[in-house]
Amino acid sequence: MTSPLRLCVRRSAAPDPEGTATLVTLRLPSDVSCIEEAVELVTRHCLAGHVATETIRFRLRVVLSEALSNAIVRGNREDRTKWVEVRAELVPESIRVQVTDEGPGFDPSAIPEPLRPEQLDEAQGRGLFLIRKLVDAVQFNEQGNSICMILRRS
Amino acid sequence: MGFSESKGAGGVTVVQVDGQLIIGNRQELKDLVQAALDRGERRLLVDFSRTGYIDSSGLGALVSISKRIREAGGELRLSGLNDDLRSLFELTKLDTLFAITETPEQALASF
Repeated sequence: MTSPLRLCVRRSAAPDPEGTATLVTLRLPSDVSCIEEAVELVTRHCLAGHVATETIRFRLRVVLSEALSNAIVRGNREDRTKWVEVRAELVPESIRVQVTDEGPGFDPSAIPEPLRPEQLDEAQGRGLFLIRKLVDAVQFNEQGNSICMILRRS
Repeated sequence: MGFSESKGAGGVTVVQVDGQLIIGNRQELKDLVQAALDRGERRLLVDFSRTGYIDSSGLGALVSISKRIREAGGELRLSGLNDDLRSLFELTKLDTLFAITETPEQALASF
Protein backbone atom coordinates (compact mmCIF):
# COMPACT_ATOMS: atom_id res chain seq x y z
CA MET A 1 0.00 0.00 0.00
CA THR A 2 1.34 3.44 -0.89
CA SER A 3 1.86 5.72 2.08
CA PRO A 4 -0.30 8.85 2.00
CA LEU A 5 2.53 10.84 3.65
CA ARG A 6 4.43 13.40 1.56
CA LEU A 7 7.98 13.97 2.82
CA CYS A 8 10.46 16.54 1.53
CA VAL A 9 13.98 17.03 2.89
CA ARG A 10 16.17 19.93 1.77
CA ARG A 11 19.75 19.99 2.98
CA SER A 12 22.32 22.73 2.54
CA ALA A 13 26.05 22.26 3.11
CA ALA A 14 26.27 25.26 5.40
CA PRO A 15 23.64 27.14 7.36
CA ASP A 16 21.77 29.62 5.18
CA PRO A 17 21.37 33.28 6.26
CA GLU A 18 18.40 32.27 8.41
CA GLY A 19 20.54 29.65 10.12
CA THR A 20 18.58 26.71 8.74
CA ALA A 21 20.91 23.93 7.65
CA THR A 22 18.22 21.37 6.92
CA LEU A 23 14.52 21.73 6.33
CA VAL A 24 12.21 18.73 6.63
CA THR A 25 8.58 19.04 5.63
CA LEU A 26 5.87 16.43 5.84
CA ARG A 27 2.25 16.57 4.82
CA LEU A 28 -0.15 14.01 6.20
CA PRO A 29 -3.90 13.40 6.01
CA SER A 30 -6.13 13.76 9.07
CA ASP A 31 -5.94 10.09 9.98
CA VAL A 32 -4.60 9.02 13.37
CA SER A 33 -3.31 5.76 11.88
CA CYS A 34 -0.67 7.85 10.02
CA ILE A 35 0.79 9.35 13.20
CA GLU A 36 3.25 6.60 14.07
CA GLU A 37 4.82 6.53 10.60
CA ALA A 38 4.96 10.33 10.51
CA VAL A 39 6.66 10.45 13.91
CA GLU A 40 9.28 7.91 12.85
CA LEU A 41 10.00 9.69 9.55
CA VAL A 42 10.36 13.16 11.06
CA THR A 43 12.38 11.90 14.04
CA ARG A 44 14.77 10.00 11.78
CA HIS A 45 15.45 13.05 9.62
CA CYS A 46 15.68 15.43 12.58
CA LEU A 47 18.35 13.32 14.25
CA ALA A 48 20.26 12.18 11.14
CA GLY A 49 23.92 13.10 11.31
CA HIS A 50 23.73 14.18 14.94
CA VAL A 51 24.60 12.39 18.13
CA ALA A 52 21.33 12.24 20.03
CA THR A 53 20.67 10.91 23.50
CA GLU A 54 17.83 8.45 23.95
CA THR A 55 16.03 11.11 25.98
CA ILE A 56 16.11 13.62 23.11
CA ARG A 57 14.86 10.94 20.72
CA PHE A 58 12.12 9.97 23.19
CA ARG A 59 11.01 13.57 23.80
CA LEU A 60 10.90 14.36 20.11
CA ARG A 61 8.76 11.30 19.39
CA VAL A 62 6.34 12.04 22.23
CA VAL A 63 5.84 15.73 21.40
CA LEU A 64 5.48 15.01 17.68
CA SER A 65 2.85 12.41 18.46
CA GLU A 66 1.03 14.86 20.75
CA ALA A 67 1.11 17.76 18.31
CA LEU A 68 -0.03 15.58 15.38
CA SER A 69 -2.77 14.06 17.48
CA ASN A 70 -4.04 17.51 18.54
CA ALA A 71 -3.88 18.76 14.94
CA ILE A 72 -5.76 15.78 13.50
CA VAL A 73 -8.35 15.21 16.22
CA ARG A 74 -9.00 18.67 17.69
CA GLY A 75 -7.85 20.89 14.82
CA ASN A 76 -9.07 19.09 11.71
CA ARG A 77 -11.73 17.01 13.53
CA GLU A 78 -10.44 13.96 11.64
CA ASP A 79 -11.80 15.40 8.39
CA ARG A 80 -9.93 13.37 5.75
CA THR A 81 -10.15 16.25 3.28
CA LYS A 82 -7.95 18.38 5.55
CA TRP A 83 -4.18 18.06 5.94
CA VAL A 84 -1.58 18.59 8.63
CA GLU A 85 1.75 20.19 7.75
CA VAL A 86 4.97 19.49 9.65
CA ARG A 87 7.96 21.76 9.10
CA ALA A 88 11.20 21.00 10.95
CA GLU A 89 14.14 23.39 10.80
CA LEU A 90 17.35 21.77 11.92
CA VAL A 91 20.47 23.51 13.12
CA PRO A 92 23.36 21.95 15.02
CA GLU A 93 22.13 23.22 18.38
CA SER A 94 18.42 22.66 18.15
CA ILE A 95 15.36 21.27 16.40
CA ARG A 96 12.45 23.59 15.63
CA VAL A 97 9.27 21.74 14.67
CA GLN A 98 6.10 23.47 13.55
CA VAL A 99 2.81 21.56 13.21
CA THR A 100 -0.08 23.33 11.48
CA ASP A 101 -3.64 22.17 10.90
CA GLU A 102 -6.54 23.59 8.90
CA GLY A 103 -8.82 24.04 11.92
CA PRO A 104 -10.09 27.29 13.41
CA GLY A 105 -7.43 27.26 16.15
CA PHE A 106 -7.75 27.39 19.92
CA ASP A 107 -6.64 29.47 22.87
CA PRO A 108 -3.75 27.57 24.50
CA SER A 109 -3.96 29.74 27.63
CA ALA A 110 -7.46 28.36 28.26
CA ILE A 111 -6.20 24.80 28.72
CA PRO A 112 -5.84 24.02 32.45
CA GLU A 113 -2.96 22.06 33.93
CA PRO A 114 -4.13 18.48 34.48
CA LEU A 115 -2.55 18.01 37.89
CA ARG A 116 -5.37 18.73 40.32
CA PRO A 117 -6.23 15.58 42.31
CA GLU A 118 -9.79 15.52 40.91
CA GLN A 119 -8.37 15.61 37.37
CA LEU A 120 -6.00 12.68 37.77
CA ASP A 121 -8.80 10.26 36.95
CA GLU A 122 -9.56 12.03 33.66
CA ALA A 123 -8.60 10.20 30.47
CA GLN A 124 -7.90 13.41 28.51
CA GLY A 125 -6.24 16.80 28.85
CA ARG A 126 -2.53 15.98 29.23
CA GLY A 127 -1.24 16.53 25.70
CA LEU A 128 -0.34 20.20 25.72
CA PHE A 129 0.92 19.93 29.27
CA LEU A 130 3.33 17.17 28.25
CA ILE A 131 4.56 19.17 25.26
CA ARG A 132 5.30 22.17 27.49
CA LYS A 133 7.20 19.96 29.93
CA LEU A 134 9.26 18.04 27.35
CA VAL A 135 10.54 20.80 25.06
CA ASP A 136 12.57 23.94 25.73
CA ALA A 137 10.12 26.43 24.20
CA VAL A 138 6.58 26.40 22.78
CA GLN A 139 4.98 29.09 20.62
CA PHE A 140 1.59 29.35 18.90
CA ASN A 141 0.52 31.50 16.00
CA GLU A 142 -2.18 34.10 16.59
CA GLN A 143 -4.94 31.89 15.19
CA GLY A 144 -3.95 28.99 17.44
CA ASN A 145 -3.81 26.40 14.66
CA SER A 146 -0.02 26.17 14.51
CA ILE A 147 2.34 25.10 17.29
CA CYS A 148 6.09 25.57 17.19
CA MET A 149 8.22 23.44 19.50
CA ILE A 150 11.93 24.02 20.07
CA LEU A 151 14.10 21.26 21.45
CA ARG A 152 17.79 21.80 22.20
CA ARG A 153 19.94 18.86 21.19
CA SER A 154 21.82 18.79 24.51
CA MET B 1 3.85 -2.88 17.19
CA GLY B 2 1.02 -4.37 19.15
CA PHE B 3 0.01 -6.12 22.30
CA SER B 4 0.66 -9.66 23.39
CA GLU B 5 -1.23 -11.37 26.18
CA SER B 6 -0.02 -14.21 28.36
CA LYS B 7 -0.54 -15.80 31.76
CA GLY B 8 1.95 -14.99 34.46
CA ALA B 9 2.63 -16.59 37.83
CA GLY B 10 -0.51 -16.99 39.91
CA GLY B 11 -2.77 -16.73 36.86
CA VAL B 12 -2.20 -13.00 36.39
CA THR B 13 -3.07 -11.70 32.92
CA VAL B 14 0.07 -10.07 31.50
CA VAL B 15 -0.24 -7.62 28.61
CA GLN B 16 3.02 -6.69 26.89
CA VAL B 17 3.09 -3.39 24.98
CA ASP B 18 5.38 -3.85 21.94
CA GLY B 19 6.27 -0.54 20.31
CA GLN B 20 4.14 2.49 21.03
CA LEU B 21 1.01 3.09 23.10
CA ILE B 22 -0.56 6.06 21.31
CA ILE B 23 -3.81 7.41 19.96
CA GLY B 24 -3.71 5.03 17.00
CA ASN B 25 -3.75 1.80 19.04
CA ARG B 26 -5.04 2.69 22.51
CA GLN B 27 -8.51 1.28 21.75
CA GLU B 28 -6.95 -2.11 21.05
CA LEU B 29 -5.50 -2.15 24.58
CA LYS B 30 -8.81 -1.06 26.10
CA ASP B 31 -10.67 -3.80 24.19
CA LEU B 32 -8.11 -6.40 25.21
CA VAL B 33 -8.46 -5.49 28.89
CA GLN B 34 -12.25 -5.41 28.65
CA ALA B 35 -12.24 -8.89 27.10
CA ALA B 36 -10.09 -10.14 29.99
CA LEU B 37 -12.49 -8.62 32.52
CA ASP B 38 -15.44 -10.17 30.67
CA ARG B 39 -13.74 -13.58 31.01
CA GLY B 40 -13.56 -13.03 34.74
CA GLU B 41 -9.88 -12.06 34.96
CA ARG B 42 -9.32 -9.67 37.85
CA ARG B 43 -5.55 -9.39 38.20
CA LEU B 44 -3.83 -7.65 35.31
CA LEU B 45 -0.29 -6.49 34.62
CA VAL B 46 0.65 -4.17 31.77
CA ASP B 47 4.37 -4.45 31.03
CA PHE B 48 6.31 -1.75 29.16
CA SER B 49 9.71 -3.46 28.92
CA ARG B 50 9.48 -3.39 25.10
CA THR B 51 7.76 -0.02 24.70
CA GLY B 52 9.23 2.91 22.78
CA TYR B 53 6.99 5.78 23.81
CA ILE B 54 3.55 6.60 25.17
CA ASP B 55 1.52 9.71 24.34
CA SER B 56 -1.18 11.39 26.41
CA SER B 57 -3.87 9.29 24.72
CA GLY B 58 -2.00 6.18 25.81
CA LEU B 59 -1.77 7.53 29.36
CA GLY B 60 -5.50 8.29 29.18
CA ALA B 61 -6.22 4.73 28.06
CA LEU B 62 -4.33 3.45 31.10
CA VAL B 63 -6.41 5.72 33.35
CA SER B 64 -9.59 4.34 31.72
CA ILE B 65 -8.64 0.69 32.10
CA SER B 66 -7.51 1.34 35.66
CA LYS B 67 -11.01 2.65 36.45
CA ARG B 68 -12.71 -0.30 34.75
CA ILE B 69 -10.55 -2.82 36.60
CA ARG B 70 -11.13 -1.06 39.92
CA GLU B 71 -14.89 -0.95 39.35
CA ALA B 72 -14.82 -4.69 38.60
CA GLY B 73 -13.05 -5.32 41.90
CA GLY B 74 -9.75 -6.13 40.23
CA GLU B 75 -6.16 -4.97 40.49
CA LEU B 76 -3.80 -3.45 37.93
CA ARG B 77 -0.02 -3.22 38.05
CA LEU B 78 2.39 -1.54 35.62
CA SER B 79 6.01 -2.60 35.12
CA GLY B 80 9.09 -2.22 32.95
CA LEU B 81 9.07 1.58 32.59
CA ASN B 82 12.48 2.96 31.63
CA ASP B 83 13.54 6.37 32.95
CA ASP B 84 12.00 8.28 30.01
CA LEU B 85 8.66 6.46 30.23
CA ARG B 86 8.59 6.84 33.99
CA SER B 87 9.16 10.59 33.61
CA LEU B 88 5.82 10.86 31.78
CA PHE B 89 4.02 9.33 34.76
CA GLU B 90 5.90 11.58 37.18
CA LEU B 91 5.28 14.78 35.20
CA THR B 92 1.55 14.05 35.06
CA LYS B 93 1.48 12.72 38.65
CA LEU B 94 0.03 9.48 37.33
CA ASP B 95 2.75 7.67 39.28
CA THR B 96 0.50 8.37 42.29
CA LEU B 97 -2.47 6.69 40.61
CA PHE B 98 -0.84 3.44 39.49
CA ALA B 99 1.00 0.64 41.28
CA ILE B 100 4.30 0.64 39.38
CA THR B 101 7.14 -1.85 39.82
CA GLU B 102 10.50 -2.02 38.11
CA THR B 103 10.17 -5.54 36.69
CA PRO B 104 7.24 -7.76 35.73
CA GLU B 105 8.48 -10.36 38.23
CA GLN B 106 8.20 -7.81 41.06
CA ALA B 107 4.70 -6.90 39.86
CA LEU B 108 3.59 -10.54 39.78
CA ALA B 109 4.92 -11.09 43.29
CA SER B 110 3.01 -8.04 44.56
CA PHE B 111 -0.51 -9.32 43.79
